[in-house]
Amino acid sequence: MAEVLVYVDHVDGAVRKPTLELLTLARRIGEPVAVALGNGAGDTAAALAEHGAVKVLTHEASEYADYLVVPKVDALQAAVEAVSPAAVLVPSSAEGKEIAARLALRLGSGIITDAVDLEAGDEGPVATQSVFAASFTTKSRISKGTPVITVKPNSAAVEAAPAAGAVEALSVSFSAQATGTKVTGRTPRESTGRPELTEAAIVVSGGRGVNGAENFGLIEALADSLGAAVGASRAAVDAGWYPHTNQVGQTGKSVSPQLYIASGISGAIQHRAGMQTSKTIVAINKDAEAPIFDLVDYGVVGDLFDVVPQLTDEIRAAHA
Amino acid sequence: MSLRIVVTVKYVPDATGDRHFADDLTVDRDDVDGLLSELDEYAVEQALRMAEELDGAEITVVTVGPENAKDALRKALSMGADKAIHVEDDDIHGTDAIGTSLILAKAIEKAGYDLVVSGMASTDGTMGVVPALLAERLGVPQVTLLSEVSVEDGTVKGRRDGDAASENLEASLPAVVSVTDQSGEARYPSFKGIMAAKKKPVQSWDLSDLDIEAEEVGLEGSYTTVENAAERPARTAGTIVKDEGEGGKQLAEFLAGQKFI
Repeated sequence: MAEVLVYVDHVDGAVRKPTLELLTLARRIGEPVAVALGNGAGDTAAALAEHGAVKVLTHEASEYADYLVVPKVDALQAAVEAVSPAAVLVPSSAEGKEIAARLALRLGSGIITDAVDLEAGDEGPVATQSVFAASFTTKSRISKGTPVITVKPNSAAVEAAPAAGAVEALSVSFSAQATGTKVTGRTPRESTGRPELTEAAIVVSGGRGVNGAENFGLIEALADSLGAAVGASRAAVDAGWYPHTNQVGQTGKSVSPQLYIASGISGAIQHRAGMQTSKTIVAINKDAEAPIFDLVDYGVVGDLFDVVPQLTDEIRAAHA
Repeated sequence: MSLRIVVTVKYVPDATGDRHFADDLTVDRDDVDGLLSELDEYAVEQALRMAEELDGAEITVVTVGPENAKDALRKALSMGADKAIHVEDDDIHGTDAIGTSLILAKAIEKAGYDLVVSGMASTDGTMGVVPALLAERLGVPQVTLLSEVSVEDGTVKGRRDGDAASENLEASLPAVVSVTDQSGEARYPSFKGIMAAKKKPVQSWDLSDLDIEAEEVGLEGSYTTVENAAERPARTAGTIVKDEGEGGKQLAEFLAGQKFI
């Protein structure tokens, strides 16, 4: 059976959920071989084996943390040369897309980014994408070279599928470009204790109607009652009420949770682009004419300052 | 010698218009008004700010696209860029990101550059891979997705705000930079800028000017094949209630019914 390379996104050996989802998708087109790089690479093996990796190629070197992107491209290229895979799958993060793009170019291959589903096809893997603010769904495949595909979080369920997960050291020689962009400082983001926005099963977002940074506590309280991530519209981010890393929309994150709750968000096309593929959509807005209501499964026309606290209390009471 | 900055820009269908696909499954560009991709305005803005900080930088904007893509160049010129290059050729229709990066890289090399500045992604394709592809093709460092950028003494520095961390980056020129919408509000063209833009040079190049064969680009040269494109079915109308004091409770009941609570 053909092997499929899966690039592992991990933090010091802790594998992030989108990589486990990739292993599920990889099994549809072949046998997953994982590539884990950098500090703690070897520690990923148990989790990867549990989810279907037949082999885990690892390489630890300080270059992965000290320089941007290119060392990882060098390593993936070495892995492709060692394995001759049927496809390479990479999580669709900002960095993942850059790694995948440069790898595709080196391999003389095509690239598909932001796939939301993947299936085996007669002429190679077929990727589903959601385009034009999620108003169209396309199915595409790569017509030249080794398919390189990046997949968005929440595109598949994580499934346990124990496999050998044999660890092998990958041999990597870095290119001249590898040390071109130095990382001269790194400030880790403070953990909020909430799930990561793009990975969360539930997202609660606030927009212009939240009317001030101090009121985002209401949104956070609702999110916490549901174990949800917090999102914000561009208007709220531009106003400085919430960090850019939480922005949902065309120029921020695109999310696809089981449940999306929009509070005080009108639903401009740029915002819809980032949340329209959510399974269930709920909105709370004073303006009955707000375009967000065209998308909802359930909408409340009302003041979020009344509705959100009442909802939060109800959820807390139900969970108590 | 003054710093040569090349800014890549794209003419995109207006996102508020009714975007769809043409029969050949390429983006239909005839039916919807186009404009300079909003995210590229940030690239032009940062180039202008860097030029203001430096003595005598020259800013060239380059685009690949049909005749009306000149509108995107005019907008960038009216913001303050010095000159423009329009790569136009019938054989370019349907080119994917890999092919686009080839055309842009050749045009950038022909124009001459010390620094390439791009937006973080186009607002139509939204792949966000062209800056990395350009760096790979040009063989220069990529300093991408920056919310802050500056150039001094042949070095570009910037801050990249990722999910897990903020990183400070540094590279020697020449380099490719991309900037996010957090890099600083883009200026509006002044009346003077709009008038001045009309007199600024717009050079037109075709594939032969860049030594690119037709089969390397376009639909034929594309590395990906779109098999089908279907309009997403409109969501069925949901339940809408008016809050008359019980809105939060009603919503909680809905969520409980859906097993979210």
